Amino acid sequence: MAYFLQQLINGLTLGSIYGLIAIGYTMVYGIIGMINFAHGEIYMIGAFISVITFLVLGELGISYIPLALVVVLLCTMVLTGVWGWTVERIAYRPLRGSFRLAPLISAIGMSIALQNGVQVSQGARVKPIQPIIQGGLTLFHQGDFDVVVSYLQIFILVLTVALMIGFTWLITRTSLGRQQRACEQDRTMAGLVGVNVDRTISMTFVMGAVLASVAGLMVTLQYGVIDFYIGFLAGMKAFTAAVLGGIGSLPGAMLGGLLIGLIESFWSAYFTIEYKDVATFGILVLVLIFRPTGLLGKPEVEKV
Amino acid sequence: MLEVRGVHTFYGQIEALKGIDVTVNEGEIVTLIGSNGAGKTTLLMTICGSPRAAKGTITFEGRDITRMPTHHLVGTGIAQSPEGRRIFPRMTVYENLQMGALRTDPKYFKQDLDMVYSLFPRLQERQEQRGGTLSGGEQQMLAIGRALMSRPRLLLLDEPSLGLAPMVVRQIFDVIKEINRRDKMTVFLVEQNAFHALKLAHRAYVMVNGVITLQGSGQELLANPEIRAAYLEGGSH
Repeated sequence: MAYFLQQLINGLTLGSIYGLIAIGYTMVYGIIGMINFAHGEIYMIGAFISVITFLVLGELGISYIPLALVVVLLCTMVLTGVWGWTVERIAYRPLRGSFRLAPLISAIGMSIALQNGVQVSQGARVKPIQPIIQGGLTLFHQGDFDVVVSYLQIFILVLTVALMIGFTWLITRTSLGRQQRACEQDRTMAGLVGVNVDRTISMTFVMGAVLASVAGLMVTLQYGVIDFYIGFLAGMKAFTAAVLGGIGSLPGAMLGGLLIGLIESFWSAYFTIEYKDVATFGILVLVLIFRPTGLLGKPEVEKV
Repeated sequence: MLEVRGVHTFYGQIEALKGIDVTVNEGEIVTLIGSNGAGKTTLLMTICGSPRAAKGTITFEGRDITRMPTHHLVGTGIAQSPEGRRIFPRMTVYENLQMGALRTDPKYFKQDLDMVYSLFPRLQERQEQRGGTLSGGEQQMLAIGRALMSRPRLLLLDEPSLGLAPMVVRQIFDVIKEINRRDKMTVFLVEQNAFHALKLAHRAYVMVNGVITLQGSGQELLANPEIRAAYLEGGSH
């Protein structure tokens, strides 16, 4: 029971990170029907920016942790958002209206370019960072097993919930969110009522990048090491999460992320850790066979 | 008010509009009739810049709008209720109307909303319902209401009667007549339902294969034997 609970906490933390990345895939797919294969790299860039900002703050002698975290969070979100915007601008917008496969190929190219760009500019070795948030709460003991939720895990879970609330508010209650949904549902009509479609698509990439960058920051804090290649597997997992939840569905992306995180944790705990990725992708295959639209992706019946 | 001069529009290699001249004067209801595939919808969409005219000019209140980006057009005072209604299906009725008012000063929102709800009380009853779950007639009302929310001076309507029961068609046409008379709204109406459209319109154009073949007052065209044979006999009465 205690062991189970511990894995549940670990799984939810990991799942939060996947979910935050998955939202970027699902939003971009929703609005332009394209899988942004460079999105994993955006997350990786977010992780690098957070490490660099931590190091800069360290140089400046800022050692008050909450302040440092806020500064790093904001810098990471803003700078990665700019990256997301730039990628859309140079790699996808010029190809809009071109044949369907073109932006996909461009995305794969962008992914390779970003990966190699970071490898060349930052070096190929892993980047370690000192633990920033240490310690934790012991929830209870059972025999000689302690169920611990670390402060870092609390930080990750609280931040994810806060971002989800803010993001849901943005999408459902604000004019920007309505414009975003309008473009997703009927781009031509959105233009007719006055939505600047290109700008809205750019904003979608920025939003996805900002959420992914927070995931990058979380991974940096969680594992303490990053390298230029982390975007690939995390990107694949998050994409799997988006498909599992139902691509195009925002709650689906978060749910898919949590499920993938839980599957990984429990599989690693009770079976063999070497096969955890096989388990994850195996479950994706099963879902796609029995429920091709994903868990929450049910196409609404529309009258014409 | 609206001047379309020598407009050609292409879809790839296909020339959908072959030199169209149309004028809509302030305060008029002008209708464009023609059979399926004549290019009527293409003309309305070309006025809105999607697709763009390959040749010719379109001016609105003396301003050249031929190359204006589509999303700026609503700000000049043109709104369209397009072919197929194009309601945002996963937004509520209220949100659809909010989208219509996107480029309008928020201080008018309440007043305009009340105006639309008084024209179409059904929309108020259904304001929290998703657009995609409305009936065809309700969707048409919503499409017109959404267009009106932008306070247009020129309203473009594309086949508002398509697929609707005769009673709903009458209601929609009554509303068009009413906003034209009461609010002095200029209306450019594209229709296949020629009988109703010609009765309503001050002036009318007939389009065949991307060319305007006839024009005149609504009454003249209603009496024209060619029109009767081509568009009215066996049509809806």
